[in-house]
Amino acid sequence: MSTESLHAQMHVEFAYTRSLGPVLSTFMTGLAGGKVIGGVLSDGRVAVPPPEYDPDTHAPITEFRDVAGEGEVLTWSWVSEPVAGQPLDRPFAWALIKLDGADTGLLHAVAVDSPEAMSTGMRVRVQWAADRIGAITDIAHFVPAGAEAAPAGPDGADGGADVTGITTPVVLDYDYVASPEESAFGRGLKEGRILAQACPVCHKVYVPPKGACPVDGVPTNEPHELPDTGIVTTFCIVNVPYLGQKITPPYVSAYVLLDGADIAFLHLVLGTEASDVRMGMRVQAVWKPEAERTFSLENISHFEPTGEPDADFETYKNHL
Amino acid sequence: MAKTLAAVIGVGQTHYRAKREDVSMPGLLREAIDRALEDAGMTLADIDAIVVGKAPDLFEGVMMPELFLAESIGAVGKPLLRVHTAGSVGGSTAIVAASLVQSGVHKKVLTVAFEKQSESNAMWALSVPVPFTMPVHAGAGGYFAPHVRAYIRRSGAPGDVGAMVAAKDRQNALKNPYAHLHNEGTTVETVLASQMLWDPVRYDETCPSSDGACALVIAAEDVVDSRGIESPAWIHGQAMRSEPLAYSERDQVNPQAGRDAAAYLWKQVGITNPLEEIDCAEIYVPFSWFEPMWMENLGFADEGGGWKLTASGATALDGKLPVNMSGGVLSSNPIGASGMIRFGEAALQVRGLAGEHQVDGARRALGHAYGGGSQFFSMWVVGSEKPA
Amino acid sequence: MRDVAVVGFAQRQMREFVGSPNCVELLVPILGELWEQTGLAKSDIGFWCSGSSDYLAGRSFSFVTAIDALGAVPPVSESHVEMDAAWALYEGWLKIQTGEADSSLVYGFGKASASPVRRTLALQLDPYTVTPLWPDTVSIAALQARLGLDQGVWTENDLAEVAARSRTSAVGNDNAVRQGETSVEDVLAQPKFSDPLRRWDCAPVTDGAAGMIIVATDSPLYERVKGRSATITGFAHNTDASSLGLRDLLRSPSAAAAARAAGADGSTTYDVAELHAPFSHQELILRRELALGEGTTINPSGGALAANGMFCAGLARIGEAASRIWSGEARTALAHATSGPALQQNLVCVLEGAA
Repeated sequence: MSTESLHAQMHVEFAYTRSLGPVLSTFMTGLAGGKVIGGVLSDGRVAVPPPEYDPDTHAPITEFRDVAGEGEVLTWSWVSEPVAGQPLDRPFAWALIKLDGADTGLLHAVAVDSPEAMSTGMRVRVQWAADRIGAITDIAHFVPAGAEAAPAGPDGADGGADVTGITTPVVLDYDYVASPEESAFGRGLKEGRILAQACPVCHKVYVPPKGACPVDGVPTNEPHELPDTGIVTTFCIVNVPYLGQKITPPYVSAYVLLDGADIAFLHLVLGTEASDVRMGMRVQAVWKPEAERTFSLENISHFEPTGEPDADFETYKNHL
Repeated sequence: MAKTLAAVIGVGQTHYRAKREDVSMPGLLREAIDRALEDAGMTLADIDAIVVGKAPDLFEGVMMPELFLAESIGAVGKPLLRVHTAGSVGGSTAIVAASLVQSGVHKKVLTVAFEKQSESNAMWALSVPVPFTMPVHAGAGGYFAPHVRAYIRRSGAPGDVGAMVAAKDRQNALKNPYAHLHNEGTTVETVLASQMLWDPVRYDETCPSSDGACALVIAAEDVVDSRGIESPAWIHGQAMRSEPLAYSERDQVNPQAGRDAAAYLWKQVGITNPLEEIDCAEIYVPFSWFEPMWMENLGFADEGGGWKLTASGATALDGKLPVNMSGGVLSSNPIGASGMIRFGEAALQVRGLAGEHQVDGARRALGHAYGGGSQFFSMWVVGSEKPA
Repeated sequence: MRDVAVVGFAQRQMREFVGSPNCVELLVPILGELWEQTGLAKSDIGFWCSGSSDYLAGRSFSFVTAIDALGAVPPVSESHVEMDAAWALYEGWLKIQTGEADSSLVYGFGKASASPVRRTLALQLDPYTVTPLWPDTVSIAALQARLGLDQGVWTENDLAEVAARSRTSAVGNDNAVRQGETSVEDVLAQPKFSDPLRRWDCAPVTDGAAGMIIVATDSPLYERVKGRSATITGFAHNTDASSLGLRDLLRSPSAAAAARAAGADGSTTYDVAELHAPFSHQELILRRELALGEGTTINPSGGALAANGMFCAGLARIGEAASRIWSGEARTALAHATSGPALQQNLVCVLEGAA
């Protein structure tokens, strides 16, 4: 059997909803209306975007000023390989831009074809996005001040209503790598086998096996194949629907202690009325058809009661 | 070497709500911070160091949010620490802040813990599918409900003890203006009639998902004395213990980490009979049954006897050992802040500042938090008098 | 303050670790090495603390399963910071200062190769006005580098010298991801990656883990430790603003403040300094803020430009500095760790060997 580690893509995605409070609301409402608004600091400087609290006095910022949509590049860098989500999907520049009427730099993208077209001190102006909703991305990017103007889009759909929140999608993709123990276990599951391992120190049988026995801190490296029968130690009946749920409630989520194992794991008990499931009930795995199997415990579709007599509480009370 | 004696001299809380749409994250934190500073008679300029705590960053979708919050919370030019120990984090964060004073490194420390759960969905953030791993088909409640079943089996507790806890905490919450849930008319009967979500746990026996923050100002003895602070909550002792999530024959109903932490805490404080010597307790009870479970784990009752304390009314506001006078986690649960709220409410009690939910004459109180799969514990005892 | 000594340090740094996100497979041998080095056992440890990030692992509570590597049964006194493990070390040091513990084992881990880390780090920026644009961490550092070039604070040659020296110093360092005898001309011949920065000006993407044991020198445990010792004589950290527009990007006041608080006021010439500068120009900022003069050997390990294990590279700087003291190459050393965009947070740990 291969000993290479298993890889899988892990996708993490959520559109975060962010309430803004008064200062950011003012700024975002301005953007929706095609205006850039700065905050007046206690030292008289105008900062864009406005901070919510003054850097010196820590008091809320309450005074605002409109600034121009054009300004000067304070510093810049070149992006030769853009990453997902950036304002442009071709090479571009980031710049800190001091808009006319502001005293601090705003970070945004500048659309030019090459680093040769960028210089510190150059004048740039806002290129508004076609649809403005009250978000920093309402500024699509900046362009050199002399460039031909693209048409600005209409004002925010609500006709000037205050913007009180933004939605920020966060999409991340990871290359997930399983530990050697997890990988061997996953390969076994694909063949319909439960390849547990015991700790070489305490000899407890772990399923799934672990990169470190939680008691002894060493890999569980003693092979120990287990049968697919065991008992329910404890369980709950899930009646609640939730985001990402794969099975329609009600169903039983149970700790299953396989025969010969020294630790229980959470799995499903189906094939019987939820109200019939008991602590100590004997169960057996129902495997998915081979064609549907991956490298996960999900290859066991669920457990079903065997009809054998329940285990005595004393035999599993140490596993609760 | 002797520890510097430290006290809580300021407590600030936000109003807890499902969605605090009126504020940003910085605004939420400042609401708690400004109240704590006002309580302490200080401004941000007085503060030496800041400790921030919150639970997973995936809740708000910001990696190490204390970095972007630095300006808003006054951390620029100051040491800033960020603690994350799962659900126990609010307590652990307060303990780290206390350590900054007790070690003699700083004199005046601000600590703040928060969660703005409405930025995402806690159920989602806690159960992002991990490849090759069996998904928990039940969310957070589903993780803990089997252990509640095991507790009921082991202790022989009657089925309505969880409902008693829920009814008590929801009634207590009516006396706490900051509480998220103000469910008038909650009784044992209404709790029992609520939907069974994760059998044996009913809807009314679970915590809400809240936005909120809690802040504390912790000061050294000489600061407390020289400023003439009238009602400090002296920190008598603190403990943190952790154990692995899943090891063979781990007791998940009465975890050893919690028992060890409590034993260490009582010894530190010189307490031999906690039920007699502690006046009230704010403990982390996100599902009602955890009150009797933690009563045993903390040593207020023998194993199997926790439910009897609850059933006897001992944990009611006028009982022998009032528990969760504020309404507890069952009434407000901004996860990252929930532990600090327990620690802060314990301080308010011994300062005599708990308002309508004040326990008369409270002199020594326990604040408690736990997290992960009942594996991370943090707790402290605060008192109205300097420790003997 | 109690005198506390670094008595054990182990690390694993590599380009790509083919293993689990919690790096347990690295932590197990690192802990083994620490026990071997010190002669201590887990029951001797009074307090444990770790540093890591959920967003590097892509899941909540990623530190929870890392605890398996400790063998934390019976339960341990333990904490976790969502920061580089250098700050976990600070918490461990603090616990020893309170008298609640005599020893601490700290560790950090991060698997940066699992996703484009320069993009992931955009999640550290202001979530309202900056993160939605996804500015990558290299581009932000490059803004800082250009500012210094434009204002004549440093030259392209200065940056190349840092990169060349780091690569050359890393030769023979088993944990270096990038190394090789390199001249300034070699560096300048490289194409720009994020103009004005070249790839060699930027820390390599590194997977890694590191662990350390510290012990109070007044405790009986210290007598039992085998040989190695480097005493912490100063330990402090500090924070700058996050707003790139409101900060002076050429300065790091928090680095200077941390150094002052750690007793490094420029009056001492340290034999060695290990600086956590993920970009070559940031080393120049740090040398100025930390008042490091000509007499100090900078980054004999190659520094973060040789290997930059996320959430453990700062701790590794302290470990590398301690190692020079253990070997006798240095008697005094200053170690530095950073966190956040463009050197926002900085920590300084000053170490000393026997006189």
